[in-house]
Amino acid sequence: MFIDIIIWIIQIILVPAVAPLCVGIIRKIKAKLQNRQGAGIFQPYQDLWKLFHKDEVISKDASWIFRCAPYIVFTVTIIIGASIPLFASFINNTVTGDLLIIIYTLAIGTFFLALAGIDTGSAFGGFGSSREMTVAALAEGGFIFSLLTVALISGSTNVFTISQTGLLYQSQYLLSGTLAFFGFFIVLLAETARFPFDNPATHLELTMIHEAMILEYSGKKLALMEWASANKLLIFIALASNLFFPLGIAQSAGISAVMLGMVIFMIKIVIFCLVIAVLESSIAKFRFFRLPDLLIIAFIFNVVAIILIH
Amino acid sequence: MINSIISQITFVAVLSFFAIGGIGALLLRKHDTFANIWSHFFAILGSLSGLFFVALMASGGDDLSFSLGAFAVPFFSLSFHIDKLSAFFIFIISLISLFCSVYAIGYVKHFYKKYDIGALGFFYNLFILGMLLVVSSSNWLFFLIAWEVMSITSYFLVVYDRNDPQNVKAGFLYLIMTHVGTAFIITAALLLYKFTGSFEFEAIQSGASSIPLSIKNTIFIFTIIGFGTKCGIVPFHIWLPDAHPAAPSHVSALMSGVMIKTGIYMMIRIFFGMLWPVPVWWGLALLVLGSISSLLGVLYALTEHDIKRLLAYHSIENIGIILLGLGGALTFLSLNMLPLALLSLTAALFHTLNHATFKSLLFLGAGSVINQTHTRNIEEYGGLIKYMPYTAFFFLVGSMAISALPPFNGFFSEWLTFQSLFLGIASLSLYEKWIFILAAGSLAFTGGLALACFVKAFGVTFLARPRSSHTSGAKESSLSLRIGMGAMALLCLLFGIGSSHVVVFLESVGKNLAIFKGTASLISSSGQQVVVGNNFGSVSLLFLCICFVFVAGLVFYIVTFVINKNQKIETGATWDCGTDLTGRMEITATGFSRSIVTIFKGILRPSIQHDIEYHDAQSRYLPKSRTITLGVQDVYQSYFYQPLNRMVSLIALRVKSIQSGNTNMYILYIFIALIISLLFVL
Repeated sequence: MFIDIIIWIIQIILVPAVAPLCVGIIRKIKAKLQNRQGAGIFQPYQDLWKLFHKDEVISKDASWIFRCAPYIVFTVTIIIGASIPLFASFINNTVTGDLLIIIYTLAIGTFFLALAGIDTGSAFGGFGSSREMTVAALAEGGFIFSLLTVALISGSTNVFTISQTGLLYQSQYLLSGTLAFFGFFIVLLAETARFPFDNPATHLELTMIHEAMILEYSGKKLALMEWASANKLLIFIALASNLFFPLGIAQSAGISAVMLGMVIFMIKIVIFCLVIAVLESSIAKFRFFRLPDLLIIAFIFNVVAIILIH
Repeated sequence: MINSIISQITFVAVLSFFAIGGIGALLLRKHDTFANIWSHFFAILGSLSGLFFVALMASGGDDLSFSLGAFAVPFFSLSFHIDKLSAFFIFIISLISLFCSVYAIGYVKHFYKKYDIGALGFFYNLFILGMLLVVSSSNWLFFLIAWEVMSITSYFLVVYDRNDPQNVKAGFLYLIMTHVGTAFIITAALLLYKFTGSFEFEAIQSGASSIPLSIKNTIFIFTIIGFGTKCGIVPFHIWLPDAHPAAPSHVSALMSGVMIKTGIYMMIRIFFGMLWPVPVWWGLALLVLGSISSLLGVLYALTEHDIKRLLAYHSIENIGIILLGLGGALTFLSLNMLPLALLSLTAALFHTLNHATFKSLLFLGAGSVINQTHTRNIEEYGGLIKYMPYTAFFFLVGSMAISALPPFNGFFSEWLTFQSLFLGIASLSLYEKWIFILAAGSLAFTGGLALACFVKAFGVTFLARPRSSHTSGAKESSLSLRIGMGAMALLCLLFGIGSSHVVVFLESVGKNLAIFKGTASLISSSGQQVVVGNNFGSVSLLFLCICFVFVAGLVFYIVTFVINKNQKIETGATWDCGTDLTGRMEITATGFSRSIVTIFKGILRPSIQHDIEYHDAQSRYLPKSRTITLGVQDVYQSYFYQPLNRMVSLIALRVKSIQSGNTNMYILYIFIALIISLLFVL
């Protein structure tokens, strides 16, 4: 019981604490691959610190939606970060650990982010919102179904139970699991605004999606938005690593198991960051109307995966 | 016994309140204000006593059966049978009518001096009365009369704003479609009579085993067409996006939130009662219809920029979601998996309740906006959140609820529907499993697209700067409108965070049906938490809501008062690239959904028409005006209804040749027909 409480507290803090590091690592690896020195991996923390200490300018056209959205978007990522398995799967979360709760609570963030994009009346923001909602709507099918595949294998839609049951230990589901993972990975790239869906490094480009919506933000609110998007990246990495590769996650209460779980979780994060960075350095951004093909592929992968489950 | 007498009296009182309200309004039609107050006062009184009646039923527990008077007319009786299912629908009708009537007191004021308020009150009260009779009658003939009362009064409400020729046209389409539907319903009722020898629901239920399968299948198809037309199932939906926007907004709310659910009610009555046992393909057919309706409903909604048409298409989508629950239940039932069937039915009932609340809320919000701006075109709105903050907030709650965002009620019923479909995928095999995967997939995409659609609807209507002069005069609506909307918004939240209690109640409604007697329950509700299946899924929206408020408050406190608390916030202009921003530079509703429309162009068939008018027609150098007309092709119109229409006209043309206009010829026809029928009989 005592260890449960400690783990919950760590869960709440861990995602916002580690998320900027993720972004830093990806940027560093990308810089190395481009033959640049690049900023240090702790640079995103310094960026957030800087933004939190800046004054703000808010558009006179903006309403309370624009002012509240950063808090809502950030809160969503904190709650989801605490509701999914990070390094321990033995704890029981039957209240917010359902996969549909996770998907639809994340959708609250998307909803307010898109509304905030429209709110200032800038053409950039409006088109960013339009694109974001298009991608999010089409990613929904793949997102739900990839988690459904592992849920059907584990016999529960609770993410902790899925992680505890362990996909890897059942060899007859290997093919389903692999297909579902590829489907999920495509959704990960779409939802976290990475290549080939969006360019996270751009700030003024007509095709941008995420950056277009937060263009009007400054100061603390921008910091919250940036931080929330880093959190979201970490949440997706955690889902990918702990639902599809639950190896090494702490399955029972014990200091050593938990410590090991944490170390392995960090290693998994670094591996995923490496994969994303390599992917971003090696492929170009897709034309917007080719993205649906990719997202439908993610969905079809998962339909096949579900059919293969007996 | 005493209890049942009290219930009977209450129910009769409910009916008479609406009748008094209607007739009184007609008598007071000379005075707009009196007619308004009288009709809506009695509607509120009737709705309140309706809620009281449901509370009586819920505490009493027994079904209520009684007849009013004895008639010499054969087959006909004014007989009522109110079980928990009827009581549940009476609850929905009373609840929504209550807040719509409160809203209407302020809303109908803009019709003063323009139209007859007395007539509006008359038809409004009679419309609610008709719906109450539909869900409580237990004799087919009585039911059909109630059904017609409901349909015809709603027709008059649709054409109430009769100066707009569009509305009259929409009303005509509605009248035709609803009567085509009724024709199928009557045929189904006659078939049931032929094989069971009775028009009483209970007698049919007990005699249903004598109906041969082929007749059952026919009845099933007729029922789907008949009641599906009322529900707005694709492809029988074409009247819905025209008729719902035409009616006054509080009536649209009732039509969309409640009236179309009476079709669902009768489907449950017939499929889960009268015709039991049923073949597997019925449930699967319902699932397919539900998938198609939900996906196409939301796709067409995305293309709309008339706010009420947009909402009407979302009704089609949500009826599709209800059908997914209903179809799942029917499939499980025919495969003898009763606990799963009960779960699916509970999901369908919960979504029925939820859709009634949030869709009425959205229609009331739309009405409030239209009342101020005098246009239904959302391209001409913009920035209304600053002029109408309450309406905007309530509309936002409705948008979140319909997009299934937790902790509002829409999420819970979609979660339940998803869970029942997932359990179906896990436990079924072969082609049933395929259909369930299809249904779950379409529900997943529907959820995503609905979210996009409501970002569009809310964002373009309420956010950014005004796009036209229509919005500049907008003011916040009056108190009665705000109370109506606020109460609905509160219900959306309460049904969400209190879902663990509501779901138990709704399951008992399902368990009350004869086929579910003694069925093991798959839903367990411990404290605030709902668990489905054998720990398959669990959720607590109250906990999520508390967490959310707490964490958001904490984040706000830390960011505002702990970190850099001396931060200065300036107000500036939106970054404009050096040119002044106008309302025309903002994203429009058409622009917002354009990429989704392009992606689904295979289904939606978007069309673009360019027209350029020149100052110099010959050389074409100086364009005077350019118009671009965007639209989507209505696939049903061009591939289903127009060919049907052509066929009917063709047959009519052929038949015309025997119509000479000569009376002697007609008498000859009658004579020949008589001889032929005599030959048949002998």
